[in-house]
Amino acid sequence: MPRIVTDWLGEHVELPADLTAAGLAAALVKVGLEEEEILPAAVTGPLVVGRVLAQTPEPQKNGKTINWCLVDVGPEHNASQIKGVDDDDVPDGGARGVVCGAHNFGVGDLVVVSLPGTVLPGGFAIAARKTYGHVSDGMICSVRELGIGDDHDGILVLTRAGFDAADLTPGQDAIALLGLGDEVLEINVTPDRGYAFSYRGVGREYAHSTGAPFTDRGLVENLGTPPPAPTADGFAVEVDDAAPIHGAVGCDRFVTRVVRGIDPSAPTPPWMKRRLEGSGMRSISLAVDVTNYVMLDLGQPLHAYDLAEVAAPIVVRRAAAGERLTTLDDVERALDAEDLLITDSPDGARGSRVLGMAGVMGGASSEVGGATTDVLIEAAHFDQVSVARTARRHRLPSEAAKRFERGVDPRLPAVAAQRVVDLLVEHGGGTADPAVSDLDTTSALAPVRLDVTLPTRLAGVDYDRAAVVGTLEQIGCTVADAGEGVVLVTPPSWRPDLTEPAALVEEVVRIQGYDQIPSVLPAAPGGRGLTDDQRARRSVARALAEAGLVEVLSYPFVGTADLDALGLPADDVRRAALRLANPLADDRPLMRADLLSTLLEVARRNVSRGLGDVAVFEVGLVTRPVAGAPAAPQLPVGVRPSDAELEALAAAVPAQPRHVAGVLAGAAQPAGWWGAGRPADWSDALDAARLVAGRVGVDVTVRPDTGTMPWHPGRCAAVVLPDGTVAGHAGELHPKVLEALGLPARAVAFELDLSALLAAADGEPVAARPVSAFPAAREDFAFVVGADVPAADVRSAVVAGAGELLEEVSLFDVFTGPQVGEGKKSLAYTVRLRAADRTLSADDVRAVRDGVVAAAAERVGAVLRG
Amino acid sequence: MSTPDPGPDPLDVAALDAAVDAALADIASASDLDALKAVRTLHTGDRSALALANRAIGALPGPDKAAAGKNVGPRRGRINGALARRQAELEAERDERVLVEESVDVTLPTDRRPVGARHPIELVQERIADFFVGMGWEIADGPEVEAEWFNFDALNFDPDHPARQMQDTFYVAGVDGAEGTSDGMDGTVGGKPSNLVLRTHTSPVQSRSLLERGVPLYIACPGKVFRTDALDQTHTPVFHQVEGLAVDKGLTMANLVGTLDAFARAMFGPAAKTRLRPAYFPFTEPSAEMDLWFPQKKGGAGWIEWGGCGMVNPNVLRAAGIDPEEYSGFAFGMGIERTLMLRHSIADMHDIVEGDVRFSTQFGTEI
Repeated sequence: MPRIVTDWLGEHVELPADLTAAGLAAALVKVGLEEEEILPAAVTGPLVVGRVLAQTPEPQKNGKTINWCLVDVGPEHNASQIKGVDDDDVPDGGARGVVCGAHNFGVGDLVVVSLPGTVLPGGFAIAARKTYGHVSDGMICSVRELGIGDDHDGILVLTRAGFDAADLTPGQDAIALLGLGDEVLEINVTPDRGYAFSYRGVGREYAHSTGAPFTDRGLVENLGTPPPAPTADGFAVEVDDAAPIHGAVGCDRFVTRVVRGIDPSAPTPPWMKRRLEGSGMRSISLAVDVTNYVMLDLGQPLHAYDLAEVAAPIVVRRAAAGERLTTLDDVERALDAEDLLITDSPDGARGSRVLGMAGVMGGASSEVGGATTDVLIEAAHFDQVSVARTARRHRLPSEAAKRFERGVDPRLPAVAAQRVVDLLVEHGGGTADPAVSDLDTTSALAPVRLDVTLPTRLAGVDYDRAAVVGTLEQIGCTVADAGEGVVLVTPPSWRPDLTEPAALVEEVVRIQGYDQIPSVLPAAPGGRGLTDDQRARRSVARALAEAGLVEVLSYPFVGTADLDALGLPADDVRRAALRLANPLADDRPLMRADLLSTLLEVARRNVSRGLGDVAVFEVGLVTRPVAGAPAAPQLPVGVRPSDAELEALAAAVPAQPRHVAGVLAGAAQPAGWWGAGRPADWSDALDAARLVAGRVGVDVTVRPDTGTMPWHPGRCAAVVLPDGTVAGHAGELHPKVLEALGLPARAVAFELDLSALLAAADGEPVAARPVSAFPAAREDFAFVVGADVPAADVRSAVVAGAGELLEEVSLFDVFTGPQVGEGKKSLAYTVRLRAADRTLSADDVRAVRDGVVAAAAERVGAVLRG
Repeated sequence: MSTPDPGPDPLDVAALDAAVDAALADIASASDLDALKAVRTLHTGDRSALALANRAIGALPGPDKAAAGKNVGPRRGRINGALARRQAELEAERDERVLVEESVDVTLPTDRRPVGARHPIELVQERIADFFVGMGWEIADGPEVEAEWFNFDALNFDPDHPARQMQDTFYVAGVDGAEGTSDGMDGTVGGKPSNLVLRTHTSPVQSRSLLERGVPLYIACPGKVFRTDALDQTHTPVFHQVEGLAVDKGLTMANLVGTLDAFARAMFGPAAKTRLRPAYFPFTEPSAEMDLWFPQKKGGAGWIEWGGCGMVNPNVLRAAGIDPEEYSGFAFGMGIERTLMLRHSIADMHDIVEGDVRFSTQFGTEI
């Protein structure tokens, strides 16, 4: 994102002299350019210009030769006595003694000296130190040490770097000179405001925020002389787009200019270098630096070709199958048929050689090099979508691509090219060639009809017509009256985002100030409250928490190894999980089809952290894709899909039922001073499952389930809805699963399809039964049944046999042993009987007793224990 | 064999008084209930002096009977009365002693039942839902694996929109293992993209609700969302947002500000307020970033980013078949994790996502 060097911005808009980066940030955020960060000053402390007064080479035992130098660092910093130097040998006016290992400088050179107390980039603090038999009282700096270049051996000799000796004095502050003391603001530019990716655009926004005078240097009318018109001998350019994207031709403007006779060794002027580096861009060579400078300044990406390496005509076309290009970053890339290319025509073969990917990155072959004297400048306008796709496809978010995909002002190319020509002529000693080409098929942006009352109606702030029109004109729009309170607003060429009245409203509100908007709470028409499902979900979660389970959330990502650990068979429905194309971890590319596959891991993590007794639960969605489901249709923006299309969307989105699951390990009730605890067992899992069903209001039944992983085949129950659907399972976990997951033995778990439970709840209000005040009768039954007869079946028989006088039945004892016989068990029930309208007689009770005994005998082969 | 003691003569007042005095002395000196029981037997039992004297009355001649009765009855009454009083005294002493003996250490721990808790992320969402329900809004939800159209296009992000690329989206693989990106940018050859994503925000619920419920509409949608960010102190790939959407005739940005201010006060106390800064989102225009005035901010009260908001983009209304000339609306969204972290001084995202029960149990079942 763009970095703003304050004095550069000052060329576009008037800035207060004492403007800080923080002050600039505050002004820009008001109009929507958010601060990304404020980069601190690169160098602090006494960094000064020095003149080398004496240089004595001293060979060392290690074979190196160091230079012992006396440097004039100005009267404020010079010392009159130098350790190890005879006072008579100290120059008049003093100096400092500095040891330097480099040799590319000599007596009389103006250099940069970091005196003790200076902190260089990277936190490199300078102090006086003893070395090679001298006290080195500072350091003569290289560009690399100053953080403004890569050249390590080279001491920065200021006159060779383009500074004029007449402007330099020993002792002068080199931080300001090199621009190393500025805090630099980095801003965030939103995708709708490509124009703000430039000093021109940021200057405009600063003016909108503060009212400071602004000169738009991107407008032809603000140039001293307009750019020259195209000439017949301009470099030939053809656009031949055989496959426009969304009907937009990939290139609608292409300006070329030629500058000849540039001195390839001409350095980039220091001020330009400083600004580029402050803006986060490395200095490379004059020609490249100038194109970058103008791009940052105006927002127009530019390209400089070595004219000798380009053969007319340039053809802008899509790539052909199998074409390849080695880009400037030395990566050879296979091109896609959708990539828009800049090509040329060597030996008359039209468009046969690829020069670069349009608006994204140039190729290595036509790069401006160390011997280039004649330069061809490209300033073009490319389709946003085309550039965005190519940049994404090749993962090349270049500075040019970042601008083109957000939208570049199509009126800029000629202006920007002229700036490049001017700078190359001025600083490179070149000559502007009169040949100019300008292929231009751009059209003005479509005007938008705006009801001048719309800003007021949408913002809730009163803006009069003058404020609306004035603001729109301020941002560069042309506003024409269209009668009946409507204006016709033509956006400026740099605002392709202004296509709707709402966008114009945003501009009015933004420039007038969001802080003008009052705070008015709207009155909603009144809702129905939480739905039954929402209330039931809360009730379930709260009940589990009150029952001692702790709610957790786990990531829904699983891998095959997780499913293997659960022992899921190959054909288990939970293995047919939805797969992510770009998972965060390659070993967990699937979306969970049940909660336990991730919740068990959470339980394990708690156990491993020394929390031995764990009871956790989670409520969340799981994904159950339908095999062979159709892909979702791709439909346009801004249009309501047809009912058939909505159905197709619904069919493509996999089912995502809400589940609830819990895991308990260790003690269900802790041991303490009161005595022993009770370990969690299968019945705790079932109890939790029943609690959930009870809170939802569904009468579930359970039955043994011997074949569902990850549960113990002999200690697992299926939880069954009234219609016979299995809503989930509860019980002890399979020992192999516990071993695989590192969970304590006998850990238990439940998982229920909460969505299915909620759907099974009838939602009807409870119809209350009257409460009888007549006395109750109590009867006990001890039945002997086969050991494999489920208790639930015996209970059902008791309930059926007891009839309508039954008020409550409970199992109070389960007993096996020699007394009841091999393969048998005894179940003892107590029943409470009551009539609504009378005191029960002995005959009533006897009839119930006979009925219960008969039903139990008939249904489950029970005999009363003698 | 000795002759049984005949007992005192019922007419011998002195002998009777001696028996009473002996009884009263024994009663007074009985030190506990057992001793008193022995005293009772000794002085009121069948063989006691007064019982024998009483029995002897029957053998007396008529005129003496009345006098003897007057001698014996009141004396027996005195003894029984003294016994009853002493019994009461001794019982009271015993009760007092037993209650003292039965005292326990009430500072012993009583946590026999394990304590559970809700996850604070869920609790915050419920609290937020309660705030909006209280204003007459409704709570909506939607799928987490979502059609790209709902996640992006319906919200005015077309496939080439730069903002669509900034969302760090999880794509669902297509059939034949093809990657699911609809823009064909993944280089995958063959296979068909699924055009499904893990929703990157709760905003698709906007479109779903507009399509399903129509207007006027006032809804809040808390829920889970996904971005391909690695877990660190302040980021998590799976997090939560709450989305608010109001569409009605005549709604303005002032209504948006009013709603946000009320929401901020509900979550952060009466001193909280909000401020808007211009921003950009494809699905709102005008758009704003929302800052929260946070009185409890470390190092002093100040503004902190809380979420994004704006007036619903006309294209979002059109995608739901609603006429933007007739209806307007506002929408906003903020991160639940951020809200929770601010409200409860949570420094590290790991605590929220790792499922360590020590984290949740700090919050109990209300927040």
